[in-house]
Amino acid sequence: MKFPKPHDVKTIPGTEGWERMYPYQYQFVTDDPERHQYEEQAFWFYDGLHYPEAIYPFDTIWDEAWYLGLSQFNNRIFQVPPVRGVDHRIINGYVYISPVPVLDPEEVASRVPNFMERAGFYYQNWNELEAKWEVKMRALIKQIEDLPISRLPDLEELDVVLSGMGESKGFHLLRTYDELINLGIQCWQYHFEFLNLGYAAYVFFLDFVQKLFPSAPLQRVTQMIAGIDVIMYRSDQELKTLAKKAIELGVDEVLTGCKHWREAEPELKALANGQKWLAELEIARYPWFHVSTGTGWSHVDKSWNDDLNIPFLGISSYIEQLRQGTDIERPLEKVRAERDRITQEYRSLIASEDDKQTFDNLLATAKTVFPYVENHMFYVEHWFHTVFWKKMREVAAIMHEHGLIEEVEDIWYLRRDEIKQGLWDLVTAWATGVKPRGAKVWPPEIAWRKGVMEKFQAWSPPPAVGTAPEVINEPFTIVLWGVTNSSIADWSQVQEVTDPDSITTLKGFAGSPGIVTGRARVCRSVEDISQLEEGEVLVAPTTSPSWAPIFSKIKAVVTDVGGVMSHAAIVCREYGLPAVVGTGHGTKVIKTGMMLRVDGSSGVITIDR
Amino acid sequence: MKNTSSRQHANAPATASGLPLVCWFEECRKDAVELVGGKCSSLGELINAGVRVPPGFALTTEGYRRFMSEAGIDREVRALLAGADPGNLDKLELASSQIRELIESHPFSHEIEDLVAESYRKLSVRSCLPAVPVAVRSSATAEDLPGASFAGQQDTYLWIRGADEVLHHMRRCVSSLYTARAIAYRIGQGYHDDQVAISVGVQKMANSFTAGVMFTLHPGNGDRSVIVIDANYGFGESVVSGEVTPDNFVVNKITLDILQRTISQKEIYYTVDQATQVSRPIEVPLERQKVQSLMDDEVCELAWMGKEIEKHYGRPMDIEWAVDKDLPFGGNIFILQARPETVWSQKQQSPAAKPGTSAMDYILSSMLQGKRLA
Repeated sequence: MKFPKPHDVKTIPGTEGWERMYPYQYQFVTDDPERHQYEEQAFWFYDGLHYPEAIYPFDTIWDEAWYLGLSQFNNRIFQVPPVRGVDHRIINGYVYISPVPVLDPEEVASRVPNFMERAGFYYQNWNELEAKWEVKMRALIKQIEDLPISRLPDLEELDVVLSGMGESKGFHLLRTYDELINLGIQCWQYHFEFLNLGYAAYVFFLDFVQKLFPSAPLQRVTQMIAGIDVIMYRSDQELKTLAKKAIELGVDEVLTGCKHWREAEPELKALANGQKWLAELEIARYPWFHVSTGTGWSHVDKSWNDDLNIPFLGISSYIEQLRQGTDIERPLEKVRAERDRITQEYRSLIASEDDKQTFDNLLATAKTVFPYVENHMFYVEHWFHTVFWKKMREVAAIMHEHGLIEEVEDIWYLRRDEIKQGLWDLVTAWATGVKPRGAKVWPPEIAWRKGVMEKFQAWSPPPAVGTAPEVINEPFTIVLWGVTNSSIADWSQVQEVTDPDSITTLKGFAGSPGIVTGRARVCRSVEDISQLEEGEVLVAPTTSPSWAPIFSKIKAVVTDVGGVMSHAAIVCREYGLPAVVGTGHGTKVIKTGMMLRVDGSSGVITIDR
Repeated sequence: MKNTSSRQHANAPATASGLPLVCWFEECRKDAVELVGGKCSSLGELINAGVRVPPGFALTTEGYRRFMSEAGIDREVRALLAGADPGNLDKLELASSQIRELIESHPFSHEIEDLVAESYRKLSVRSCLPAVPVAVRSSATAEDLPGASFAGQQDTYLWIRGADEVLHHMRRCVSSLYTARAIAYRIGQGYHDDQVAISVGVQKMANSFTAGVMFTLHPGNGDRSVIVIDANYGFGESVVSGEVTPDNFVVNKITLDILQRTISQKEIYYTVDQATQVSRPIEVPLERQKVQSLMDDEVCELAWMGKEIEKHYGRPMDIEWAVDKDLPFGGNIFILQARPETVWSQKQQSPAAKPGTSAMDYILSSMLQGKRLA
């Protein structure tokens, strides 16, 4: 398969100089022959899974965090034998990644004992280590929640003198910013402590079953690990509980009678039972409403706690369903019974006793790692990130107050080291009593970057560049991006279609089985879900736990991003709805109102034009 | 099978000799092979397992023996075959044609004729047709045993109507036991002719709108978690013979949902010529050639039947089926034949992982192998 050379991809006219928006090591280079040759011979694929859009300069923080986190655990801590880390680059605002193989067979062999000892220790002590992890993670989140970000006063408080503190708020701002960033990076260190091993156990269980049963769909194999209680469902559960509580307290009419949380809140406050209900809400929302409406990877992704109207709509919808006598509880018993039946039937078809034993071993390991694989996301991408974005906006507000940026939301156009520079400028000028230089430097630069980002968003990144390898050993690459010959071919096909209005079929991963025909409703964000009507097919960039209330209303789901392990796929399997995930361009090609035939067993969507 | 005996059969109604001459399929179980041959006993087994099979009856091996002895044919056969040399094919051919002529021209005894005619009448009544079209086929006592196809040619006559025609074609099936090749094979293997017997099945024709075959494993890779169905319009002949590329469905055996459908261009199909009452190929109208010949619901029901049949026999099966065009969905799918799958079942399958592989070992070895892209 042919892919363009990374260095041949053209800069979009009008964006010349875009490279300065990102760290310098992210550029494909031509002035360093050795690096140039390495870049040309490596295989780089576009990470559309994490970055469906061009990346903002500040948001690069999470890319750098996982660049470091994944690679260090793979290569320096566990020594995965055939692969080092995963290298990163950016082309026209889009992130490309490349697993780095260990080519020398002797070196691979020499890494094996280390891997067996180290990874083996984690697998053997998984539950204990995971319990430890949760303690570390909660402490870290507490730290960031407690981190004070205070405005710079005209005059420091008297206590600074009386207590002999000897430090200023200006210095504190610099230090707090560093701490904020460090906590973020540290959080992502923990994120990867288990993840790659978890994925490996999971993916090779799937792989083993497919070796025994080449036609077994992945979605069915993942069902063998369904019904394990993971906290992904907890936030949604809280909404259901609050809906029941509202009916119990007789305030349900208040909630469903209001169109927006803005109206509902004061009405509830005026009622004694309303206040009781609000007290329940306060308990539930920390931490369970720290759940992002997107993946949590981008500053754009709001959480329920940022906008209580989102959970409010979910609660109202549950109240309506309860009134109609609908059972809103997760069909957990059914899911578990079906899981056990499927597992037993597949197992009974295994010919040899030895293979049955291996199947049992791998299934047990996959079940052990599964809760972490699911739960880490709530702690990191949802809870921690929600707090992190909020704190960053507090920093941005100070920069805005001092004129370094024109709007709070402009901060995302700056790299995090540029923000540090800006804060130095700000605090020294504040201390000195002069105007910061940045007030004239950053606004025009940000204005230019906004134009660049717009051009980036309109550009379609090639699915891959460089030289395709013969073998991929990196577990992440296999499980998350599903990199295979056919998937790469599928990506390039969609890329080649110049006219999205001519497409009548779309391919994605078969996320959840079944076939339905229904009207499409394109929801770009969770705010759009209130438009959803009973029996429509949801078409979304991706879904997250905050979308949960709508699954009992819709017929099927189509997403741009995600694999068989994505939220949409897992939830659809529980609710028995067909899902096609990871279509790449579903929300661009499909328009609200189109009639779709969604085949969740084969992963094909047919558009009736 | 060398000691074919006249062992008492439990499920068959007793006659003067202790064994029935004619019996219904549903009176047979899979251990009735010696009485009604492999095909008929398997059909009886399916009916008793609750699988929908077109009804029918069989002339038993006891009926066959009675026919051969009552008319003295067996003595003549012995005389004709005395000193036969399996190496001399010309002479065998001559003996074969004489024997077959003898069998086909000789009427059954009144007793057998009455039994067959009465069964045929009852079958017509059951089918709500004045003279039900039937398939008449030989059912040998050893055909399903690997490497023992000494019954020779397996004759099948389709679209037979009326008791006289049925009796005539039953004799043709009986005579198929004496093809030159079958005789030579038996001599070569040292079988005595007394040890050889044949049964003849008479079964209502399924007036098939669509028909085909079904494997309860993937014939391409032996995957036992799927059921694979090939289908075309008309009778199954076009699918079995490979004259068309049929529609192909891969169904998940565990969850019974369709994993893959391949709709092919089907240029011909087999149907019965109403004038001559024989099945012949006909061109599929162009507008129907690329239309799915078996609906999704039917695919799933058929797969469910396949799963039940496999469960009953405890092994992967090779099944012929048809969708009857005269009946509404819900009762229109019939199993015509089911036999053990032989290709993958006889293959020695190596385990997917080494014995005693721990999860850790498997993860490591899989990582080292990686995923091939090229």
